[in-house]
Order: sequence, then structure tokens, then C-alpha cells
Amino acid sequence: MKSFDRQDGKLVLAHILFAFGALLLGGIAGMMQGMVRGGASILPDFIGYYELLTAHGVLMALIFTTYFIVGFLYSGVSHTLGGKLLPAARKLGWAGYILMSVGTIIGVAVILAGQATVLYTFYAPMKASPWFYIALALVVIGSWLSGFGMFYQYRQWRKANTGKLSPLFAYMSVVTMLLWQIATIGVAVEVVVQLIPWSFGWVDTVNVVLSRTLFWYFGHPLVYFWLLPAYLCWYVVIPKIIGGRIFSDALARLSFMLFLLFSIPVGFHHQLMEPGISSFWKFLQVVLTFMVIIPSLMTAFSMFATFELFGRSKGAKGLFGWVKVLPWKDVRFFAPFMGMLIFIPAGAGGIINASNQMNAVVHNTLWVTGHFHLTVATSVALTFFGIVYWLIPVVTGRVLTPRMNRLGIIQTLIWCVGMFIMSGSMHTVGLLGSPRRTAYTTYDDHPDAVLWMPYHVAMAVGGVILFIGVVLIISNVIGLLRAPKGETEYPIGEVSESADHTPKYLERWGLWIGIAVALILFAYTIPLIDIIRNSVNAPGVRTW
Amino acid sequence: MHLHRLEKMWLAIGISMLAVFLIVLGTMAFSMGIQPPSEHHHTIDPAKVTETAPFDKPGFQLIGDRHYEAAMVAYAFGYDPATYEVEAGSTVDFTVTSSDVVHGFSIVGTNVNMMIVPGEISHISHTFDKPGTYLILCNEYCGTGHEYMKTTLVVK
Repeated sequence: MKSFDRQDGKLVLAHILFAFGALLLGGIAGMMQGMVRGGASILPDFIGYYELLTAHGVLMALIFTTYFIVGFLYSGVSHTLGGKLLPAARKLGWAGYILMSVGTIIGVAVILAGQATVLYTFYAPMKASPWFYIALALVVIGSWLSGFGMFYQYRQWRKANTGKLSPLFAYMSVVTMLLWQIATIGVAVEVVVQLIPWSFGWVDTVNVVLSRTLFWYFGHPLVYFWLLPAYLCWYVVIPKIIGGRIFSDALARLSFMLFLLFSIPVGFHHQLMEPGISSFWKFLQVVLTFMVIIPSLMTAFSMFATFELFGRSKGAKGLFGWVKVLPWKDVRFFAPFMGMLIFIPAGAGGIINASNQMNAVVHNTLWVTGHFHLTVATSVALTFFGIVYWLIPVVTGRVLTPRMNRLGIIQTLIWCVGMFIMSGSMHTVGLLGSPRRTAYTTYDDHPDAVLWMPYHVAMAVGGVILFIGVVLIISNVIGLLRAPKGETEYPIGEVSESADHTPKYLERWGLWIGIAVALILFAYTIPLIDIIRNSVNAPGVRTW
Repeated sequence: MHLHRLEKMWLAIGISMLAVFLIVLGTMAFSMGIQPPSEHHHTIDPAKVTETAPFDKPGFQLIGDRHYEAAMVAYAFGYDPATYEVEAGSTVDFTVTSSDVVHGFSIVGTNVNMMIVPGEISHISHTFDKPGTYLILCNEYCGTGHEYMKTTLVVK
């Protein structure tokens, strides 16, 4: 077994550790928010609820995820495309890391100083310090450099291996970073063209509807940027960990391409309840949104086909006999599996959210907060946690001990219990009308709002349990860094013998990018012209 | 590309259900008029809200039998007018704009839920059949006092 390249290991580890640092800070902020909303006034004078909320959103949704994803994808790109990164790819990786880190440090400092209490969606015309927007731009540009490094490595590999099918891990990494590249153009234009000049005072007003539209052009594919690396783990890594095979290489690639096509031209489903966009274009993007259900169904089928084929190969009998033979006591399987399981209600909730007029029932209520704490904070987060138990040993030349494995199982269970309580009460109280992103209030003891309080207290309890989960995963990461020396294999699944040959057109990038661009132009051109021509700009305000 | 027989069935059932669902949603939206709010473009200069009709005199106006038009301004951190009383069975056409940042407009216990964006005017109608004190709240973060931003509508 070839050990992981030491130089590349440092790059991967730097990303993973930064991600978990962000998780710890974001977790502290999250727990405190939960307690405040539950009625415990615990905040010191120098920090407010909304500063914590901004920090929580930025650190968890943008920083933890992006660092983890870049580190994880780089590890697999290095391993599957030649066993080490080319010098240029590695340099781009470090350059990206430095830019993102400078951006993160500036951003967090500005947030904690109370100069950017605008939440992670920073809706204009609330005007933050220009340094907040500059920090965000640095994070995005840094992530682009990281993506370029992966594209470069992939291209060079393909040149050197003409006619060969690229490794599935690398292919999926390229799709993920390509999705990110196309999606972040929206937020980059918003921040660089609209918000930075305006926050410096070089222009007086801002087109609010345009800024929101550009944000959500980015904001929805952002959630697929979180999800695709988790899917990558499910498709490529999990079959190896359980000792099975990948159900079909071709279908795995096709589902990733469909995600690339249908996760971008759909941002209006976050803007269903707002003025400035005609109902025809809202509905059209709702239809496009629901197209991602097709690759999601394909993914669910593949996962359970892999599990069942593996179980039957072990001699499992009956309709569900294969469930018993899965390696439930292996955290590298158990944590991502719980993520998959929770993705079933999480995905169903997402369908409700995007259902055009039905969105009125849940829009901006705690239901939505409950929803994405199931998707990103459980399905994605638990998969990422599950990855750590083999990724850190691989890149540092160590082994996972049975004790660490047990602690990992406990951590997973704590996370599920905490999330069940917190997200369950968020969903319920959201249906009753309790708004998201709101500090403790009973609206002058309005009877409806008073009835929400027990749910808010349950949210706080769930939040505290989740914080224990954060502390445990951090201590597990530290434990893994000090695990005994040894060799751990990078788990890459092999394709089942019965699977079909992968068609060449799945790797014709020009074709797929062309379709993606055509769909984006179709869904956005006319409404954007309308927004630019007919909107009235607004001056900036600081309301905190 | 070859698909397994069971996968074909699985996808066929899933995609058909999706198609039925979208047809139902589309029919409700376009032929029964159950649309998301504020589809059209109705703009206003956000710096001149207090000088522009009908927001120069925010309030409720009786325009028919138990039919009101409510011109309301959302601001950090409240709504103008602050409260109002209508009789049960009244239909209210809400016409709302913002004089500063983005706000929400949600009436607890109803499907009234829309965004108020500066520069734009949002519209929604609702018939209040049940008497009670309805809580109208801002469900989009708008600044330090966001959690205090609310008003009530009394239905007698």
C-alpha cells in the first residue's frame, strides 16, 4: 500500500483543522443563541444576539463547509490522480488557503466588532463595513484558486492518460468545484460591483432586488456545494468501507451532472414571497428546482442497491435481511449512514419549501431553520464527521483505534438526539408561525407567541446537546492527531462487475457546461432585464 | 446507458409523481389564482415614501362592504398604522412598502406572509373570518430591534 504524500497531507490537514476551528467557534455562538431564544439572558454586554447569529451563519455555512470540502476533495484528487499533487496544483491549494484564511480572520473580526451585523445573507440596503464584503470576496477568490488547482491536476492527468476513464472521485470533485465556480459568479458580482463601492460611499444607492437575485443565484447552488462532497463520500467511499462495490459508475456520473444542471437556474424559489419578480418566472424556476429530485432518487437507489448487493453477497436472506450485516459498529459507515437516513425527511421538507404558493406557510419561519439543520447540519455534517475518522489517519500516517471508533459512534448518537429535539421543535413551531432569525420575544405577551415558548426551550435543550456533540467531535479530531502511528488505506470503492461501461459523453465538459449555461440564461435573462430596468435603488442604512 | 429494471420502475414512479405534483401546483397558480404574493412591478422611491400616496397617509380605508384597503409602511422597528379594528368577515387588501431596509410581513395563523423590499410595493389580500387579535410580525431580520417589530389587527 502506497502511503499518502506527506506534502499533500499537510495541505489537507491544514484545511480540515481550520474547518473544525470554525465549527467550534460557530458551535459556541449557536448554543448561546439557542439559550437566548429559549429565554435565558446569558449574553455579556459586549455582544448581542444578532452578532452571534451572523458569526454562527458565516462560520458554519461558509467557513466550516468550504474548508472541509476543499481539504477533502484535494485529498482524493491527490490520491486518485497520480498519488500526489503537481507543484502548480499544490501551490494553488496553499494560495487559496491563505486568501481564504485572511478573509475569514478579517470577516470574523469585523463581525465581532459589531461592524457587520447583517447575517450571512447580508441583504442590502443594510450596510455593513466595507471590510466585511472585502473579507467575503477574499474567501470566494481563495476558493476559486483551490478549484483551479483541482482542474489543473485533472487536465494534466487526462492529457497523460488519453482515452482512459478518469477516477470517479476526481470527476466528482471537478463537478463540485465547477458548480461552485459557476454559482459564486453571482455573489462575486453582487459583492464587487454592487456592495463594495456602495459601502465605501462611492455610490449612494443600491438596486436591492438585483442584489437579492444575485445572492440567491449563488445561495441555492451553495447548498449543493455542501451536499455533493457528501454524495461523493456515499458513492465512492462508503462501498469500500462496508466491503461492497459501487453500483454503477455511469449512473453516479450522470447524477452529478444533473445536479450541476439543475441546482443553479433555481434561485427564485428563495424569493417566492417577494415583489419584483413575475409569477411566471417564479413558477418556471420552481419546476427547474424539482428536477433535482431525479438525481436524488438515483442516488437513493444506488446507495441502497450497494447495501443490498453487499448484504446478499454475505448470505443475507429475506427482503431486509441485508440490513443486519451492515457494519453498524464502524463509525466511518455509521455516521454517514445516519446522514443519509436523515436526508429522507430533510429532502421532503425541501420539497415543501420550494412549492411555489405553499411556501407562504413556512417562509422565514423556524421551519426553514429546522430544515437546513437537517440537511447541512446533519446529513452533510455527519458525513463529514464520518470522513474525519479515516481521512486524518490517512494523511498523518496513523490508525483509528477501537476506542476512537467507539467515541465516534457516541458522538454520532449525541448529534442525532440533539438534532431530533432541536430541529423537531423548530419544524413544529415554525408551522405555528414563529419567525426565524429573531431574538427572544413574546411580542408583548401575545397569546400566539407565548404558546411558542415551550418549543423555544426545547430548541435550547437540543442546542446544548449539540454543543456537547461539537466538543466531542473536536476532542475526537485531537485524539486522531495523537492516534498510534501506522498505515491507513485511502478507501476508494471499486465498480461492481455487473455495472455497465461508462459512456464517453459524460466526460465531455463543453457539452455539459453549455447546457448549464443555456439553462441559466433561459431562467434568468428576461427577469434580470426586468429587474435592472424597473427597480428603484435604495440608500444604505445601518439599523444595528 | 443501461438502467436496472428495478431502477427504471423506481424512477418512473418518482418522475410521474413529480409531474402530477407540478401540474397540480401550476393549475392552482395559473387557473385558480392561488399565486405567491406581489408578482408585478409596482415601485416607489424609498427615500420619498412619506410624500408618496397612499403612504403619505398610512391607514385603513373602507372601499366596499366589509372591504378595506390598508396602506402600511414597514420601518425599523414597527408598522404604520400601529393597530386597527375591522369586523369579522372583512377582506383587507394590504399594500405595504418599506421606508428603510427589507422587512417581513407575516400574520400569524393565516397564510399572509410576504417580503417588504424598499423600492417595491407588496400586495396581498386576506379575508378575516374568525374574530381575534391577529399578530402581524416582521419575519426578516432588520436590525437590533427586529424582535420588537410587530403590530396587531383586531377582528371583532
